Amino acid sequence: MNVTPLGLLAAPLLAGVPAQRAQASSGQLLTACRLAWENGGRLVALWASDERDRGRGYCLRVVVEDWEGLTVLEHTLPDDRARYPDLSPIFPAALRMQRATYDLLGIAAESDDPRAWLWTASHATRQFPLRRDVASGEAAPDHDAYAFVRVEGEGVHEIPVGPVHAGIIEPGHFRFQVVGEKVLRLEERLGYTHKGVESRFASMSVDDGAKLVGRISGDSTVAYAWAYAQAVESAVGFVPPARARWLRALCLERERLANHLGDIGAIGNDAGFAFGLAQFSRLREDVLRMNEAAFGHRLMMDAVIPGGVARDIAFEHVHAMIDEADRVARQIASLREIYDEHAGVQDRFRNCGRAAPDLARHLGLVGLAGRASGQARDIRCDFASAPYDLLDVRIATQTAGDVWARVAVRFDEALESTRLIRLVATALLDPVTAGPVHAPGPALPPDRLSLGYVEGWRGPVLVALEMGDDERIRRCRPQDPSWCNWPVIEHAIVGNIVPDFPLINKSFNLSYSGHDL
Amino acid sequence: MYQTLRQIARIGIRTESTPAAADDVVVQRLHADILRVLGRALTLRHVDAGSCNACELESQALSNPYYNVEGLGIRYVASPRHADALMVTGPVTKNMAVALRRTYDAMPEPKLVIAIGACAIGRGVYGPNYATIGAVSELLPVDVTIPGCPPSPTALLQGILAAIAAQPAKR
Repeated sequence: MNVTPLGLLAAPLLAGVPAQRAQASSGQLLTACRLAWENGGRLVALWASDERDRGRGYCLRVVVEDWEGLTVLEHTLPDDRARYPDLSPIFPAALRMQRATYDLLGIAAESDDPRAWLWTASHATRQFPLRRDVASGEAAPDHDAYAFVRVEGEGVHEIPVGPVHAGIIEPGHFRFQVVGEKVLRLEERLGYTHKGVESRFASMSVDDGAKLVGRISGDSTVAYAWAYAQAVESAVGFVPPARARWLRALCLERERLANHLGDIGAIGNDAGFAFGLAQFSRLREDVLRMNEAAFGHRLMMDAVIPGGVARDIAFEHVHAMIDEADRVARQIASLREIYDEHAGVQDRFRNCGRAAPDLARHLGLVGLAGRASGQARDIRCDFASAPYDLLDVRIATQTAGDVWARVAVRFDEALESTRLIRLVATALLDPVTAGPVHAPGPALPPDRLSLGYVEGWRGPVLVALEMGDDERIRRCRPQDPSWCNWPVIEHAIVGNIVPDFPLINKSFNLSYSGHDL
Repeated sequence: MYQTLRQIARIGIRTESTPAAADDVVVQRLHADILRVLGRALTLRHVDAGSCNACELESQALSNPYYNVEGLGIRYVASPRHADALMVTGPVTKNMAVALRRTYDAMPEPKLVIAIGACAIGRGVYGPNYATIGAVSELLPVDVTIPGCPPSPTALLQGILAAIAAQPAKR
């Protein structure tokens, strides 16, 4: 995005993708966001840091993405009485990020929603956990006081669901306003898995941070670890060994494949097709067992580390992965036919939980769900970094925006991942790619913001990193795509029936932990 | 329908033999009364108290055809009132403490508590933190702990079996 006409001075930013940063006044912040929106841009992240110890008050950072790359807009607030402009009229997804920023840091937008989002305890005590001078109090959150918006009228009633759910899933609360079976309104209440990840990062070493970042959302551990490694490496312009980059892509595609297989089965099950769950959970288990054999961990936690990868894989496993990719691809293709021809499954999938492309664009739907609603963005294609620049990833898109479309995109992407796994594994057998898989990078200098940006299976994962003076992390902000996508479910469910909610929710399959932090 | 049946016939039964109850699983409390009541059938209620969802993925995997826990008489149930054992993951966030406590209170006696993964046993990577209570044992009486980050489905199964088979003399 060219911000010069707005009077902003853009400087290049250290990141794994093209990126720039610019200081903006509150007026410029609004204008820049509006310009980004008009140019097809989307909101990626919004967070703030306490910079009072450096005499700079609080620093709000807003990351927007357009076709040219990322732009980080920085806005300084002199103290906690100052307000920054409410960005939710431009980017609706900003609202919850703004509320969370107040919960954790005590600086507020000029917004009219004062309700706590992640951490209610700080509102009464004014002990904001991300402030550098916070006293560690024994604050206890008060959940019963949350004011849900209610619908009133004849025959309208309310159904509270959660935070403990029937299945083995993460905790969250859903408040339905219904007439008969029909949903008039859904309001989500998240934050139950808020475990203070951001404050935990402060003063961690780079290596300890790598362990923590891999456990922000367990299903996306590779995506987070890679984004973090990218942020660490780009801060000092360090390029990891070529073989490590191939192995990272192998891990990321295996993670995508495993999650898509699990989801396609589980979504089938939610539509009453237990056969699908049995078949796809078997395939997923095969992939995880191969991960265990090759990387020593079923989910590949701690496989990607700053400087490269933790270990090389044996040639026998590379060969086995090529065979596995072919086998899984054949199975996916024949099971897809069964899904497509099953009248009952198709009846549940079609027109269910629809987020039309214009709604998706307006609300800023990202990642896999975005691609199912006509938002054709994929970091692996748009800002392909090594080795994706050699792989020519085929983006999968649909425009129906319903459960069917999200399943179709998963089928396409799972197949594409098997193709990529085959390509990457073949490249790993080539003597040209032989070599070390890890190299220690130089120590990180303080006060230097850097970004990592990786297309995880769910969507774009951003990690922003800034080091302190003592080679310890000063601030690390991981941003899950779920922040942008959770609000869309509230819209996609309207007009559907309550029993379709589990199906719709699973078709988005958003992270609670990655969002609650 | 033909394709579906053909796939079922072609894949066949993939269920593997049950692992032995693990030696390294720590059984903190032994309940003779539970064993007498339950035998080998067990109903489980799972509560995520702030995990990163990796423990959930592996707990879900227990139901896949390879591990087939239902075939062993072990079932996940939707209501705590139907549950014999409570499986808890995560560093017990303060935001989840009330819900976890209420779930436990809703379960009928006798009941077991199984703490799953490094976080539930002792905060794991999340460490001391304003937002968490810490180990599950700070809030509930824990009977069995299953270490790992996350524990594999085999480790989970061994832990669950240890919980119900710990005292063979009382069977």
